[in-house]
Amino acid sequence: MSTVLATSAGSGTAYEPPPEPVAGGRRRRWLPYALLLPGFAWLGLFFAAPMVSLFTTSLYDPSGSEETGYQLTWAFGNYWDALDLYHEQFLRSLLYAFIATVACLILGYPLAYAIAVKGGRWKNLMLVGVIAPFFTSFLVRTLAWKTILSDHWIVVGGLKRVFALGDDFHLINTEFSVIAGLTYNFLPFMVLPLYASLEKLDPRLLEAANDLYATPWRTFRQVTLPLSLPGVVSGTLMTFIPAAGDYINAELLGNPKTTMIGNVVQSRFLTIHDYPLAAALSFVLMAGILIMVLIYVRRAGTDEVV
Amino acid sequence: MTVPTQPTGGHAGDLELSAVTKRFGAFTAVDQLSLTVPEGSFFALLGASGCGKTTTLRMVAGLEEPTAGTVVLGGRDITRVRPYARPVNTVFQSYALFPHMTIAENVGFGLKQKRVGRKEIADRVREMLALVELTGFDHRRPAQLSGGQQQRVALARALINRPQVLLLDEPLGALDLKLRRQMQIELKRIQTEVGITFVHVTHDQEEAMTMADTVAVMNAGRIEQLGAPTEIYEFPTTAFVANFLGQSNLLTASVTGANGGDVLVEAYGKRFAVPAGRCRVSDGSAYLGVRPEKLHVAVDSATVPGSHIHVPGEITDSSYVGVSTQYLVRAPWGEELSVFAPNSGTEGPLQPGAHVSLHWHPSHSFLLARDNEVAEPVLEAA
Repeated sequence: MSTVLATSAGSGTAYEPPPEPVAGGRRRRWLPYALLLPGFAWLGLFFAAPMVSLFTTSLYDPSGSEETGYQLTWAFGNYWDALDLYHEQFLRSLLYAFIATVACLILGYPLAYAIAVKGGRWKNLMLVGVIAPFFTSFLVRTLAWKTILSDHWIVVGGLKRVFALGDDFHLINTEFSVIAGLTYNFLPFMVLPLYASLEKLDPRLLEAANDLYATPWRTFRQVTLPLSLPGVVSGTLMTFIPAAGDYINAELLGNPKTTMIGNVVQSRFLTIHDYPLAAALSFVLMAGILIMVLIYVRRAGTDEVV
Repeated sequence: MTVPTQPTGGHAGDLELSAVTKRFGAFTAVDQLSLTVPEGSFFALLGASGCGKTTTLRMVAGLEEPTAGTVVLGGRDITRVRPYARPVNTVFQSYALFPHMTIAENVGFGLKQKRVGRKEIADRVREMLALVELTGFDHRRPAQLSGGQQQRVALARALINRPQVLLLDEPLGALDLKLRRQMQIELKRIQTEVGITFVHVTHDQEEAMTMADTVAVMNAGRIEQLGAPTEIYEFPTTAFVANFLGQSNLLTASVTGANGGDVLVEAYGKRFAVPAGRCRVSDGSAYLGVRPEKLHVAVDSATVPGSHIHVPGEITDSSYVGVSTQYLVRAPWGEELSVFAPNSGTEGPLQPGAHVSLHWHPSHSFLLARDNEVAEPVLEAA
């Protein structure tokens, strides 16, 4: 028996990989690049070019206007002005986005887990339920929240009655309503990546952990959570990034003291027509988020996500 | 190295299943199953897929709760004990190694849950990896290992906890034939070394017979026969066992009487005598069974030993498989009997069409009860 094993093991190492194709191989070498071309052209036209244009705008002379025209004066002072004037809105945006992301994670994880693990034949229907809000416009849904949280609707009325709250209790136009709106609007972006990673989770691994003395909680901590981490990372990114730049929720559900950086950019561009500062604000936000995301992804150690 | 079994407080560490039943809806997977696995034995549950053997194993592990009956380990009723609280570990068919952990973390997982000190975990992981010959693989990930290596990690991960019973659910099923043979020997060696009770579930009769001290043949949620491999093979209790473990020629017969120490039977108008000690029935309908390798082919009927029973026949098929030649021989009543003639070099393979005498020693035959059941094992789809 042992000799049989030895000879076959020897023949195993003698295996040679098939030779590299020589002729005809060169002709197709350009093919991958050709396939990349449309995508690159698209990116160049609709991503790189606007970025360059926006960056140039951010360095225009701030004293220019639409009537007098703008001049590229490499005015890096625009960035200083952006930070100096609006650091409060920047920090508020990041804070609101952070709270909304955490809220989405707390709400979304059990939901995604329930759909993926316990969903059974209702799985697809439940997923449709998660995606269904996208069938109507973002704006309309946020406006609906304006009604739901308004002072004369049953939510506030009910809370007032149950907790005997005074007349100065409001939900609409508060920090709460802005963050609640962000949480509501971005929840599907959290649930879908979480669902995708929990769906892949092999239930046999949970049985194995259970068999190896891990209680349900320890199984969750040591097996389920680490294996769903890629979903957590991509879910939080997909929630945090758009939430930090959002202005609809603060616009419709907030008050002047809950202004986010998105609102400032929007009003600078569209109302005040101060293009250089608006562009600088956009770039600061982008750079800030990029740095935070890089640090976060590094710390989370899931390089396969990005 | 010997790993002592956990102290059982004077109780024998036997695993006892009493009238265990498991139903999934209307389907009864395990039906009133009772068996005792003695402490320290290598026990095999053998059966076709769908016979309830894995369900039985899962009920011992606690991954499935019995509909009725009790599971007792070392005198303690563990029927309703959660899997993580049982002194039992499983080697899963799919191995179920944690992909996000290193080999060392996988192997040390159980000890970590029991809050064993880090130093001790590291020592025991090293010992265990040496036992399964994977020294130096500590920092690899399961995906970087071959199937056979993963299988050994799964074994180490379960064994390190020194469970009272180690459950193996077709652990060699995913390995190729050669590796499987090698691992069978390895598993047997490790079991002898650590002295833990092994309960091994398999559909491979050869695997069960090479490794286990005791084999339980399961069919349709019940145990058909339980005993030492030789006992089950040489003297099966039912037609199912006779055909599931190897092959058997089963002749439809009926008992006509007794003569001294023999039971007399008639089959196809021919009379046979079977020693009483080889009979599972003493009256009524029966199967007269003879294993193919116990049948001999004689070209010249004059060479048949006087003590042998003989039947004339014609060879209808001959396949040479190296170690033996397998013949199909048509008996006068039309039935084809299977014969394995060892390739001992005394005579060349016979050609189809040759007229021969089939003969066997009466003590090599056995007599089984014949109900209206099917003699062939019903192989259910996996």
